[in-house]
Amino acid sequence: MASSAQSRIKSISYAKYGYIFILPFFIVYCFFQLWPLIYTFILAFKGNQSAGDSWVGFQNFNDLLFSHPYNKSDLLSSNAETKAAAKALMAIDVQHQNFVRCLKNTIVLWFGNFIPQIALSLSLAVWFTDSKLKIPGTGFFKVIMYMPNIITAASIAVLFLQLCADTNYSAATILGRSLGLLKDGEFFNMTKNVPDVVWPPRIIVMFIQTWMWFGNTMIMLMSGIMGINPSLFEAANIDGASSGQVFVKITIPLLSPILVYTVVTSMIGGLQMFDMPYLFTTSKEGQRINNIETIAVYIYDKFHSGAIEPSYGYSGAASVVLFIITAVLGAIIFRFNRDEDEARKKKQRKELIKQQKQKNKQFGGLSI
Amino acid sequence: MSKMKKTYGDADDNYTRSLKIKSWVLFGWCIILTIVCLLPIYILIINATRSHNEIISMHGFGELFVPSSHLSENIKNLSTKTSEDFSILIGYKNSLIITGCSTILTVFFSAMTAYGIRVYDFKIKDAAYTAILLVMMVPVQVTSAGFVKFMINLHLTNSFIPLIIPAVAAPSVVFFMVSYLKSSFSNSIVEAARIDGCSEFRTFIQIALPLMKPAIGVQSIFAFIASWNNFYTPNMILIDPNKGGTTNLRTLPMMLGILQSSQKTADYGMIYTCIALGIIPVIIAYICLSKFIIAGVALGGVKE
Repeated sequence: MASSAQSRIKSISYAKYGYIFILPFFIVYCFFQLWPLIYTFILAFKGNQSAGDSWVGFQNFNDLLFSHPYNKSDLLSSNAETKAAAKALMAIDVQHQNFVRCLKNTIVLWFGNFIPQIALSLSLAVWFTDSKLKIPGTGFFKVIMYMPNIITAASIAVLFLQLCADTNYSAATILGRSLGLLKDGEFFNMTKNVPDVVWPPRIIVMFIQTWMWFGNTMIMLMSGIMGINPSLFEAANIDGASSGQVFVKITIPLLSPILVYTVVTSMIGGLQMFDMPYLFTTSKEGQRINNIETIAVYIYDKFHSGAIEPSYGYSGAASVVLFIITAVLGAIIFRFNRDEDEARKKKQRKELIKQQKQKNKQFGGLSI
Repeated sequence: MSKMKKTYGDADDNYTRSLKIKSWVLFGWCIILTIVCLLPIYILIINATRSHNEIISMHGFGELFVPSSHLSENIKNLSTKTSEDFSILIGYKNSLIITGCSTILTVFFSAMTAYGIRVYDFKIKDAAYTAILLVMMVPVQVTSAGFVKFMINLHLTNSFIPLIIPAVAAPSVVFFMVSYLKSSFSNSIVEAARIDGCSEFRTFIQIALPLMKPAIGVQSIFAFIASWNNFYTPNMILIDPNKGGTTNLRTLPMMLGILQSSQKTADYGMIYTCIALGIIPVIIAYICLSKFIIAGVALGGVKE
C-alpha cells in the first residue's frame, strides 16, 4: 500500500523537466548544426561566385559529376561565339576533373591507410588477448601504440613535412642514404608538388594515417575480442584447434559487428581526411599537390575565399555527395549492429498475437 | 608407465617451448612497432635542441640521435619572436580559452541532456534519443559550407563564439553518458530526493553530477584533446585572424601552419622547438591519464 505522499509524487508529471533538460542541446544543435546542414543543401542548388543568389537547379551536380566534352580546336576558332562556348565548357570540365580527382585521391588514400592499419591492429589485438601467449609488457605497448593518436594532427603534418623534406639534411633523406635506398643528391620526393610524382606523397600520407590510427583500432578490437565468451576459446583449445582455425572460425565471426563498425567509422573518418593533405599541400606557392588533395580539402577550398570569390554552389554540391556516401555507410552499420535477438523476439511476439487473433476467429470471436 | 610420462612431458615441453618462442618473436615485433611509433617524436625532440645551422649541415646517420645544446636558445628565439601573425604565447592563450570553455560546455550540457533522457518520461523521449544517434554520423565537412556562409551572414566569423557555443551539442558524448546512466544510476535516488523536497535542478547538480564523475572525467579528457587538436574549424571560421591588425586570434595548430608556410621564419631549429612545445604537454598529460584514456577508447568498442 503506497503512502499518500508517494502516490501524490507519482501523480505529479515531471515531463516538463525532461523537455527543459534536453532543450539547450537541441537549440544549439538546430542553430549550429542542423540549419547549416540544410543550408548547405540549399547552397548546392544555387549559383557560384557572383551568381551566388540565383537558383540553378541541378546544374552544380551536373557540372561536378559528368564530363563536358568539348572540341579543343574550337578554342582557337575565329568565330567568337564558338570560342566562348568551348571556353565555358572547358571551365566546367576542369571542375569535373578536379572533383573526380579528389574523390579518387580520397579513396586511394583511404585504402592505402586502412589495409595496413586493420592488418596490424587485428593481428596485435588477437595476440594481446590470446590467453596462451604471454607477451610481456602488453600494457606498455598499448599505451605507446595509442600515443600518436592524441597528438595534434597539424603538428604531425608539420613535423613529417620537416622530417621528409627533399633536402640533403632531412631525417628521411639521411635514413634513406644510410640504408642504401638513396644515392647522394637523390630524394624521396615525398613533399614534391608536381603532377608526375604520384606515389611518394601519397605513401607518406598513408603512413602517417596508419601510424596515427592503428593503436586506436587495436584497442577497439581488443575490447571486442574480450567481449567474446572465453569458454568458446577454451572449448576450441580442448578440441585441438590451431590458432589459425580459432581466428577464422571463432574470432572473426563473433567480432564481425565490431569489425563492420570499425571499417565504416574509419571510412567516414577517411572521407573527412583534412589536416594532413591540407597542410601537406599548402606549399609556399599556395598550390595543391594534385595527388593527395582530398574531397574535404576540395570542399574547403571552394568555400574558403582567398583572393577569388567563394564557390558555395560547388562546395555545397560536393558536400551533398559526401553526405549521401556517409548516409549509405551509416545505414550499413545500423543494419549490422541491429540486435538480432531483439528483432527475432519482436517477430515472435507479433506472430503470437496473430495466432491468437486467428484462434479467436475460429471460435466465432469468443475469447477463451 | 615412466616412458608414457616421459613422452607426455616432452610433448608438454615442446608445446610450451613453441609458445614461448612465438611470444618472444611477437615481443620483438612489438618492440619494432614501438620504435616506429616513437622515432619521429624522438627525432623531433633531438632536433629541437639543435640550431638552424646544425640542422642544415647534418649528414651522417649517427647525428640523427645525438642531442645538441641549443634548446634554451631556440625557446628564447621563439618566445621573443612575435610578429603580427605569429606568437606562440598568444597561440597557447587562444587555444586554452577555446578548449577550456568548450570542454566545460560539452561535458555539462551532455550530462544534462543524458540525465533528461534517462530520468524523465516524456512523449518525444525516444524520438529525441534516436535523433541524437542519427546525427552522430554526419561529418563536419558536410555542414561546413553552410556553417561558414551562415556565420558570415550573422557577422560571427573572426570571433570565438562559433568555436565555443556549438560544443553544447555533442551527440557522441550524450550517447556515452546515457549508456553510463543506464548501467549505474537508479531512478530511486531521484525519487528519494523528491520526497526530501529537493528541486529537480538541485537533484541534477548536487546528486546526479557527482555520481556521474567517472563518465564526466573520461569524456572531458576526450573533449579536451579533440578541441585542442582541432585545426579545421578554427581555420575556416577565423577568416581574417588578425581582425584588421588589432588582435591575433590564431590557435596553436594554426600558428604551426603559419610557421610552416611563411618564408621569413625558416629557422628549422625554431620550427622543431615550436612543434615540440605544442606536442609535449599533450604527451605528458596522456602518460598521466593513459589508464583512463585507454579504458575510454575500449568502451567505444563495446557493442551497446
